Amino acid sequence: MSVEVSRHESLGSALREAWLTWKSQTALVELDRRRTLRRLRYLDVRRQALPVMAALARAGVGPGVRVAVLMPNQARWIVGAYAALHLGATLVPLDYKLSAAEQQTLLRHSGAAVLLTEEPIARRLALDGLALALVTDAPGAPVGRPLPPPAVRWDELAPTDDEPPVAPRRRDDVAVIVYSSGTGGRIKGCMLTHDAYLEQYAGLSRLYPMGPGDRFFSVLPTNHAIDFMCGFLGPALGGATVIHQRTMRPETLRATMQAERPTHMAVVPLLLEAFERALDERLRETPRWARRALDALAAVNLALTERRPSHELSRRLLAPVHAAFGGALRHLFAGGAFVDRARAERFYRLGLPVSIGYGLTEACTVVTVNDLRPFRADSVGRPVPGVEVRIDAPGADGVGEVLVRGRTVMKGYLDDPELTAETLDAAGWLHTGDLGRLDASGHLQLRGRRKNVFVTPGGKNVYPEDVEGAFEGIDVEELVVLASNAVWPGARLDEEFLFAVVRPKEGCDAQVREALRERNGRLPEHKRVRGLLWWSEAFPRTASLKVRREALAESIRARVGRDAVVRP
Amino acid sequence: MTSDDLLARLLDLAARRFGRRREELHADQDFFDALGIDSYRALELLTELEHAFGVEVPDWELEGVRTFGALAEVLRRRL
Repeated sequence: MSVEVSRHESLGSALREAWLTWKSQTALVELDRRRTLRRLRYLDVRRQALPVMAALARAGVGPGVRVAVLMPNQARWIVGAYAALHLGATLVPLDYKLSAAEQQTLLRHSGAAVLLTEEPIARRLALDGLALALVTDAPGAPVGRPLPPPAVRWDELAPTDDEPPVAPRRRDDVAVIVYSSGTGGRIKGCMLTHDAYLEQYAGLSRLYPMGPGDRFFSVLPTNHAIDFMCGFLGPALGGATVIHQRTMRPETLRATMQAERPTHMAVVPLLLEAFERALDERLRETPRWARRALDALAAVNLALTERRPSHELSRRLLAPVHAAFGGALRHLFAGGAFVDRARAERFYRLGLPVSIGYGLTEACTVVTVNDLRPFRADSVGRPVPGVEVRIDAPGADGVGEVLVRGRTVMKGYLDDPELTAETLDAAGWLHTGDLGRLDASGHLQLRGRRKNVFVTPGGKNVYPEDVEGAFEGIDVEELVVLASNAVWPGARLDEEFLFAVVRPKEGCDAQVREALRERNGRLPEHKRVRGLLWWSEAFPRTASLKVRREALAESIRARVGRDAVVRP
Repeated sequence: MTSDDLLARLLDLAARRFGRRREELHADQDFFDALGIDSYRALELLTELEHAFGVEVPDWELEGVRTFGALAEVLRRRL
C-alpha cells in the first residue's frame, strides 16, 4: 500500500497524505558520523514543517513563487521542500557542490524569492533581493553568529500548530525546476510538472515498491534527479525511511550501513567501484579457503537466482558479504553514468542486485530501468511505465538517437524557448543526444553520445563550453573544447574524454602547450581536458562569430580519427 | 605542532597510503593529481588524517581544497 497518487493533483497534497497516513513510522534519520542528530516520524515531519510554512507564507510564498533549496542532504532538506510544496511554491533544488559563484548565478537565474540553506553556504552568497533566506546550522560550523536580514535562523522560528490549507495546483503546473548543466555554457533549468513526478512515481513504485520497514540510504545529492525521486518522493509516498549521513566518508558510510541497515540505495558508478574495492579489501583479509568457499557459494547463489533475485536466500548463503553492507541491503540502483558490466554482474553473483537504469533530468528521473526478471548488465533496461522510447533514424546496426516521450518529459527549459524548441519536437519527442538501440525484448542498449557533453564516472555532466573559459587569454588564433563522443560518436561511454582543438599562432606551439598545461592543472580534476588536437584551418563560425561546433566536429571527423589527439 | 611538521606528517601518510615516494610530494601539488585518486579516495585519505591528528573536519571546510598545503592548513585550524 502506498499513497494513491492518481487521486492527487499536486506533490504538496500527495505528501501531506503520506505524513498523515504513516504517522508513527520513521520517516527520516539524520546522522553526523556516529552521532544521531535527528530521528523523525512521519507525523514529526509534518509538525516540523508548520513553522517553516508560516515563515514562508509571511515572506509571500504562495502558488508559483519559487523557493530554492541549497544544502547537503539532511532531514531539513525534506522538511523545507515539503513546506514549500504545501504552499504551492515551485521548488528549485540547487547543487551544494558547485562553487559559490555558480550557485549565485543559478539562484539569480531561477528567480527564487526564498532560499532554504545552511550556515556556511549562506555566508558565501549575496542574499539581497531575496524575501527570506532560512538558514540552518551545519555540523562543525560556528553556532549563533548573527546573520543579516533577509536571513533568519531555522532554529529561531516561532513554533506553531496551525496548518494552512494545501494550495491548489493543477497537474500541469510546474512543480520543480531542476538545473541539468553547469553555468559557464548555457544554463538549463528543466521545468517539471506535478504530473511528471506523480506519473513517474506511479510507474516506478509498481516496479520497485518501497514501503514501511524499507530504509533508503540517500547518498547522492537530493538536488539531483535520481535522489529527488529515490531519496525523497519515493520513500515518503510509500512510507519508507530515508537515512542521511552529514559527513560522507568511506568510513562513515560503512558505519551508517552497519547501524541503520539500509535496504535500498541509489549509486553512481564511482561509488559502486568504491564498494567493490572495499569488498575486495575485506575478502583479502579472509583466509584463502574461506574465499574459495565464498566463490562456490556465489556460484550456487547465481544458479538459484538466475531468473529473479531472492534476497533471503542470498543473504543466508553469502552472509559475510552482506554483513559488510549492513546485512539488509536488497537493492542498488545505478545510473547517472556508464556502469561497468562486469562489476554489476559480480554484485549480482554476490546477491546484491544492481538495477542499471538510464535517465535524464529533462525526463524527470528515469527513462528505462532493468526489472531484474532476469538480471541483465548489458542493457539499461526497458522503458518504465508511461514512457515511450524510440530510436531515430537507426543505421544498419539499429543504432540511432534515443528519443523519449511521455507525461514525465519536462515542459521545457526555463526562459529558453530556443533551446526548448531544439530539444523537444512538435510531436512531443525529447531528443536526448544519446545513441542507442532497442533489442528484441525491448531493452535499451546505449552506444555512445552525440551531444557535446562529457559524463564523469561520478555522474557529473561537464559541458565543454564551461571548461573553455579556463583557457581564455592564451595566445592562440582559436581554441575550442569538445567532447570526444561529439566528434567520433558511437565509442564506448567509458572511453570518452574532453579535448581542446587549438589553432596556434605560427611558431608558438611550445609556449601554448605550457600555458594550456598550466591552466588545465588549475581546473577541478573532472573538468580537465585529456588531449590536444592541433588544427591549421580557421574554425567555421556563425554570422555572430560563434564557433559552429557541429561543423567543426564534422570536418575533424572527416579528416582524422581519435588517435590524432595528443596528450596535453 | 608547527605547520611544517603537520605538512610533513600529512605527506608521509599520503605517500604510504597510496604507494608514492615521499620525496615526490610537496605542498603546492594538487593531491588528486599527485596521488592519482578520485574524490572518493581523497575522502579515505582525509579520514586517515583525521584519525592521525585526532580532529574532525566538516565537509564544508573542504570546498575548493585541492593542494596538500591547503589541506594541511584546514587540519591545522581544527587542531
